[in-house]
Amino acid sequence: MEFSELIKTAKPGGDGEQGTVELWLLIRNVDAVEKRFASSSGTITLKCKDLRVLQLEIPGMEECLNIASSIEALSSVESVMMMYPFFYRPHSMKLEQGWHLYLPHHYYQQTSAWRLSSVNRDFATCSTYPSAIIVPAIVDDEALRKIARFRQGGRFPVLSYYHKKNQTVMLRSGQPLMGPNKKRCQEDELLLKAALCGRARGFVIDTRSAQAAKQARMTGGGSEPKAAYLGWKRLHRPLERGRPLQESFMKLVEACNDPSLGMDRWLSKLESSKWLSHVKAALSTACLAAQCMEREEACVLVHGAEGTDTTLLVTALAQVILDPDCRTLVGFQHLLEREWIQAGHPFHLRCAHSAYSHARLKQEAPVFLLFLDCVGQLGRQFPFSLEFSERLLLALFENSYASAYGTFLCNSEKERSLCKVKETTHSLWSWLNQPNQQKEYLNPLYSYNALVIWPSVEPQSLQLWQGLFLQWIRSSQYLDEAWAEIQRLVEGSKTPRTNGAAHSQRLLPH
Amino acid sequence: MEHIRTTKVEQVKLLDRFSTNNKSLTGTLYLTATHLLFIDSGQKETWILHHHIAAVEKLALTTSGCPLVIQCKNFRIVHFIVPRERDCHDIYNSLLQLSRPVRYDELYAFSYNPKQKESEQVKGWQLIDLAEEYKRMGVPNTNWQLSDANRDYKICETYPRELYVPRIASKPIIVGSSKFRSKGRFPVLSYYHRDKEAAICRCSQPLSGFSARCLEDEHMLQAISKANPANRYMYVMDTRPKLNAMANRAAGKGYENEDNYSNIRFQFVGIENIHVMRSSLQKLLEVSGIRGLSVNDFLSGLENSGWLRHIKAVLDAAVVLAKAIVVENASVLVHCSDGWDRTSQVCSLGALLLDSYYRTIKGFMVLIEKDWISFGHKFSDRCCQLDGDLKEISPVFTQFLECVWNLTEQFPQAFEYNEAFLLQIHEHVHSCQFGNFLGNCQKEREELRLREKTYSLWPFLLDEQKKYLNPLYNPDLSQKHTLLEPNTVSLNFKFWRNMYHQFDRTMHPRQSVFNLIMDMSEQNKQLEKDMKELEAKIKVRNKQQNAVLTKEPLQSVHPTLKTQCFKKEQPLLPANDAIRTIEGSNTADNRYSEYMEEFSKAEPAVVSLEYGVARMTC
Repeated sequence: MEFSELIKTAKPGGDGEQGTVELWLLIRNVDAVEKRFASSSGTITLKCKDLRVLQLEIPGMEECLNIASSIEALSSVESVMMMYPFFYRPHSMKLEQGWHLYLPHHYYQQTSAWRLSSVNRDFATCSTYPSAIIVPAIVDDEALRKIARFRQGGRFPVLSYYHKKNQTVMLRSGQPLMGPNKKRCQEDELLLKAALCGRARGFVIDTRSAQAAKQARMTGGGSEPKAAYLGWKRLHRPLERGRPLQESFMKLVEACNDPSLGMDRWLSKLESSKWLSHVKAALSTACLAAQCMEREEACVLVHGAEGTDTTLLVTALAQVILDPDCRTLVGFQHLLEREWIQAGHPFHLRCAHSAYSHARLKQEAPVFLLFLDCVGQLGRQFPFSLEFSERLLLALFENSYASAYGTFLCNSEKERSLCKVKETTHSLWSWLNQPNQQKEYLNPLYSYNALVIWPSVEPQSLQLWQGLFLQWIRSSQYLDEAWAEIQRLVEGSKTPRTNGAAHSQRLLPH
Repeated sequence: MEHIRTTKVEQVKLLDRFSTNNKSLTGTLYLTATHLLFIDSGQKETWILHHHIAAVEKLALTTSGCPLVIQCKNFRIVHFIVPRERDCHDIYNSLLQLSRPVRYDELYAFSYNPKQKESEQVKGWQLIDLAEEYKRMGVPNTNWQLSDANRDYKICETYPRELYVPRIASKPIIVGSSKFRSKGRFPVLSYYHRDKEAAICRCSQPLSGFSARCLEDEHMLQAISKANPANRYMYVMDTRPKLNAMANRAAGKGYENEDNYSNIRFQFVGIENIHVMRSSLQKLLEVSGIRGLSVNDFLSGLENSGWLRHIKAVLDAAVVLAKAIVVENASVLVHCSDGWDRTSQVCSLGALLLDSYYRTIKGFMVLIEKDWISFGHKFSDRCCQLDGDLKEISPVFTQFLECVWNLTEQFPQAFEYNEAFLLQIHEHVHSCQFGNFLGNCQKEREELRLREKTYSLWPFLLDEQKKYLNPLYNPDLSQKHTLLEPNTVSLNFKFWRNMYHQFDRTMHPRQSVFNLIMDMSEQNKQLEKDMKELEAKIKVRNKQQNAVLTKEPLQSVHPTLKTQCFKKEQPLLPANDAIRTIEGSNTADNRYSEYMEEFSKAEPAVVSLEYGVARMTC
């Protein structure tokens, strides 16, 4: 298929004037196209995945129709290999850069209790795990294969985070396939026993309600019974995902886009979208996991059903809360690679459509956006503790939905390897980490904070993410200027020092 | 003190309001003539001024003692557990008495002694001079003059002595108009816009009933519109909802009939009355005080309280007012019923949008002195300074501060002052520690001889203005954009956490950008000064070298940097980072007890259950 076949009118309305403003829009960014006609001209409304809404007035009915249908067709190209990152070749960057930013063996440090396993070398044991994973040393590859058959999607428990301070660990997995007959798996029980490393206690944080976990048994799933897993206690923290979460996102965006709402209607729409409730639930569950490790000195296993959505939300957030290394610009990228991309969050499915699409919902859900929102809440409560600024979170949101880079393509490492993503597309990280780009995403107020950052999760402390949801709705000129002033002040506090030093040097007697 | 039976109770527990792990502090409770003081085992002091107490409640006896809940007007809520019921009862009774003084001279301001000389006290009261302020605005001038009609409070008891009116409004017109206005509050100048030659005037509702007219009043309005050479017509803004204004007609009051007044454009803006506002705040506090509140309950509670709707209505009205002046060059007459609540809100906010002077620390003090204190906002009644009619209480001034806060959020560089300044003023409106806000009008204040017997708040705030400076303030920008045009779409209004949860520290951001930037810009200024000195020295030295042409090192020029340029860069986190709120209410006594507190919560000794490990299901 050639793209040109889809383009019926390349350039409507004659030549553009010299010196006009250019607006480039990645067609993949278009979430919905709406057409309206009035006599001889038409209006196309482009609703974008980054929540922007654009209106194009196009003279000529036919041209307007042509353009609309071209954009519709081009924006809904299904095949991954046809997507823009495979054709994007900027001069300043080299392919293959940035793809090896995070490698599991960097994260893994030789300890006697844990080992790096390559049981999943060819993605045969678990199709959504990367090729290398970290597991308890005493569990061999054969046992891992058995456990994989006992866990949904083959997602056997793997190490997600090692808390150096007190040597506790966080694991994640898919739900155990117990089924109505309460099937057990000795190897699985052994693995979790080994994960305790001799500690008395571990907590299984199930991101479903106790009821839902019980019901899951009817369809072959379930949750770890206490009797079979000595020392492990189960905590249920239901987190919304899938369709309800997508609908929540859509409702919130709809409310934000209606400036005519009176105060009561606005608050009631904000409430009924439930978005902030999801933010609170996600943050408190992550805090619970962090608390189990930091304060109870216990090990933690997190899973829901598949272990690819809310599970990752909790494990990744808990690490931002606990580990200062995850709060640096590069550390955060490592975290995303490790806990979202390589961990098999199905970005392609989840981010196929954003809040405007009229298409029938399939598997879309803004779990990753919810994560970014939660990180933003942490950033507001601890404004010096994250090395990156809100701008990075915004860039990540945009790129997860439509990008010139291959980083968020596909659903798993297996798919990425089949599509040769790493060989034929550029990495978002290599672009972000260019010195001039990096500057844009840094938080000028950052200062290393070794402590755990416990956020307040009271509703009074949580705020609507204005920078994202109101980005295109109201002018942020004054806020941007204030931010620039903060940057200037921080820069300023550095330069007089150096200048002062230079002057003093010149004054020193020779 | 006859009200105090027990002055000291030991082994009292202070419960944390929001922490879910039932953390408590044990300490000693002291009752003084002016304050309730709690000193915990860590020697941290909590001072509560009796005047700040809005309600005291004794709850049912528990096994650990008798719970005593104290709600304060600055939205602090403290929950004590007193071991013996007898003690609790004594304290409860004492507080009931002490928190409801009957006479003005029982108020703290009359006993508060900051150890100043008399001359300083006098100077303090002279700091804000309203005559000076009208001069700054550009009156008197060819169209406006100072009227002596109310010099002895004969025409209107609740107005100040000095009033500015159109030059062509003669005394009979003033007198006639005042007789036709509720409480005699006839139309007078509140703000004069020099560039547009347009004015904000204020008054109370006309006594028009269904058909009454008053020629003098009609002349008065005409005089106001004639005083504006740029525009023929003027606006009359009735800040009440139309229905309320119509209902007032039955009582012989009401609003201006456009047919009777030439060249007026009449408009309602629909701000609710003091009773609606009181119950709205009550509902807001009920919701925000719930422990373990869910997001949905919070948002629906916020909606049901109507609080943000009211805040929006007030700010919307101010925007309409400012636009009429700037865009249409029209003068505006603002009134409500008596012209001391909603009218004060709208006039002062309108002026704040129009004039960048009011966005400076000094200017804000002037604004409050002018539109609130001198024009007779009934601070004593609204803040319940004396035991009185509970139906007179209303958070009208709090709403004004909240509107200003919303503006500071939208325009982070437009205000010289910061949030702490607004909070501190709110604190002292209720503290009765200074004379400024005592009483209901200027006449009453003069009778109380407040200028001799009490101190003015403003010099104390100016003395510590460093705390209240907005480090991002850009006066140049303010000069360029004198008019603030806030976006008043609903989604721009936020819940003011630092006001309503000022004392609930666990809810605050743990690191304050404000403090940091403040320290930084302070340091920068010092460094720049040092640099200039060094540069000057270099120049001198170079000259000397050129002149003398010797190779001898110059002993005299030895550079020393006052600031710590060469020391290791200081960490950006100040140690007392978590502290950003105002403790107690004494500006001069220095009771803002600063104490160390890790911004990460302290390690609990026992199993902590903050995020709910307690509710486990196994």
